[in-house]
Amino acid sequence: MSLPDITAPRVVDAAPLIALAAAGYRSGDRWLVEGVDLTVAPGEIVTLIGPNGSGKSTTARMALGLLKPSSGMAKQRSGLVVGYVPQKLTIDWTVPLSVERFMHLTGRLDADALDKALEATGALALKKAQVGHLSGGEFQRVMLARAIARKPDLLVLDEPVQGVDLAGEIALYDLIQRLREEMGCGVLLISHDLHVVMAATDRVICLNGHVCCSGTPGAVVSTPAYQSLFGSRAQETLAVYQHHHDHTHLPDGSIAHGEHDHAGHDHNGDPKAARLNESSTPRV
Amino acid sequence: MFEPFFLFALAAGIGLSLVAGPLGCFIVWRRLAYFGDTLSHAALLGVAMGLLLNVNITLAVFVVSACVSVSLLFLQSRVGLSSDAILGLLSHSALALGLVVLSLMVWVRTDVMGLLFGDILSVNRTDLVLIWVGGAVLVGLLYWIWSPLFAGTVSRDLADAEGMAPDRAQFVFMMLMACVIAMAIKIVGVLLITALLIIPPATARRFSSGPEAMAVAAALIGAVSVVTGLFGSLIWDTPSGPSIVVAAACLFLFGQIVASVKSKLSA
Repeated sequence: MSLPDITAPRVVDAAPLIALAAAGYRSGDRWLVEGVDLTVAPGEIVTLIGPNGSGKSTTARMALGLLKPSSGMAKQRSGLVVGYVPQKLTIDWTVPLSVERFMHLTGRLDADALDKALEATGALALKKAQVGHLSGGEFQRVMLARAIARKPDLLVLDEPVQGVDLAGEIALYDLIQRLREEMGCGVLLISHDLHVVMAATDRVICLNGHVCCSGTPGAVVSTPAYQSLFGSRAQETLAVYQHHHDHTHLPDGSIAHGEHDHAGHDHNGDPKAARLNESSTPRV
Repeated sequence: MFEPFFLFALAAGIGLSLVAGPLGCFIVWRRLAYFGDTLSHAALLGVAMGLLLNVNITLAVFVVSACVSVSLLFLQSRVGLSSDAILGLLSHSALALGLVVLSLMVWVRTDVMGLLFGDILSVNRTDLVLIWVGGAVLVGLLYWIWSPLFAGTVSRDLADAEGMAPDRAQFVFMMLMACVIAMAIKIVGVLLITALLIIPPATARRFSSGPEAMAVAAALIGAVSVVTGLFGSLIWDTPSGPSIVVAAACLFLFGQIVASVKSKLSA
């Protein structure tokens, strides 16, 4: 794959790896998320942000084909190689599993690629360790290493830096950016932070049950206050996302009436009524 | 030196445990211990149906177990109940239905103890061929689905997102379980097949560093349980099926003690 020119404004000419069009997902009679338009092209980094329960993971799961959209549609390029880091993965203690074996979980890797990926995420020393004995941050590094060792076309990272300290977070974000440049893979990243995102992000999509706003992130302001907060290295890696909402959410997540332009999407009825009725059926 | 029936019993038991060990690992990893119980309860209904319709018992048990497995998959996706509640529903319904059908057939005098514990000493040449040939096919199929099944056991989402088709592997796994229950019912009986599926893998867990190693260890530990259990039953004149399970349980205890001593010494 050719190296995309990162200095020029990114021109997306290739067909998207994944595409969601007006996609929504309903559990029971509650819409978890609706009206999402989203594409990720090769070499593009798209970051999803939003409060808890705003449908970030649901959106990623629809994009991956794990959930079938209740409305709209989801498309994946055929033959797509995916590297996925799920938000939560608990390995049952009854399963004996070393980091090395875990790396081979969804396909055999050659030994060299395996070591390189572990080294890139700073987890090479853990190669022989049992997965169940790792700390949260260590396991995140191993999961990321496993995802990138597959040489994927698309990386889907659901809060990949949770439990990793800030210095490690910046290093991992640097790594993701480098991977995008070296491998030209598309990245769909879910961020746990509402305001601070990767500087290399091409597009930020803010969700709260629907797309609230989207845009490009601005650079972290190089004032001493920001530097002391994020460190001087952070300037190149982290960015601040300015939200430009055209509506506000009530405490229950519903949209305050009269403030929101509904031209962009359809809520299938009164959004407040739909959201107040939150008795969803538990899934097995 | 030994009577042929004893050698037949040994060969049958070893063959069965070589299949049950690796399959049982997935039962333990997926927390499906109750699934084994449900299938063995369904097996009783299978025996009853086999007697009622006058067809091969092994075949009848397989068909009923497979139906129960498919019902589980179907109900899991349709009914808003947790897996253990659905398993309880299926398990008790199948057991009760089996007992009702058996009681209706007044002309059949069923030996319930025989159904519960089986009779490994009555294994004949045909059974032996079924166990070893059938067992080889089952192990072959398990080997074939091993990667997606294991990936799906660790994380269904991860396996699915990365194109491993974990649901298909799970379906094949459930059919393999139905097969092994059908094959085992004659040998260790309805209740004790669960023990043979769970105890050897539980013993193997503390001595295994990887899933494949645990599957092999479970198969070998199961085979050792069969041999010691059968010789024990010969020496002390105890019922053979339960003796095998007692031997498996003793090996588990022994393994725990050895592992504890080893970790104390190395600490």
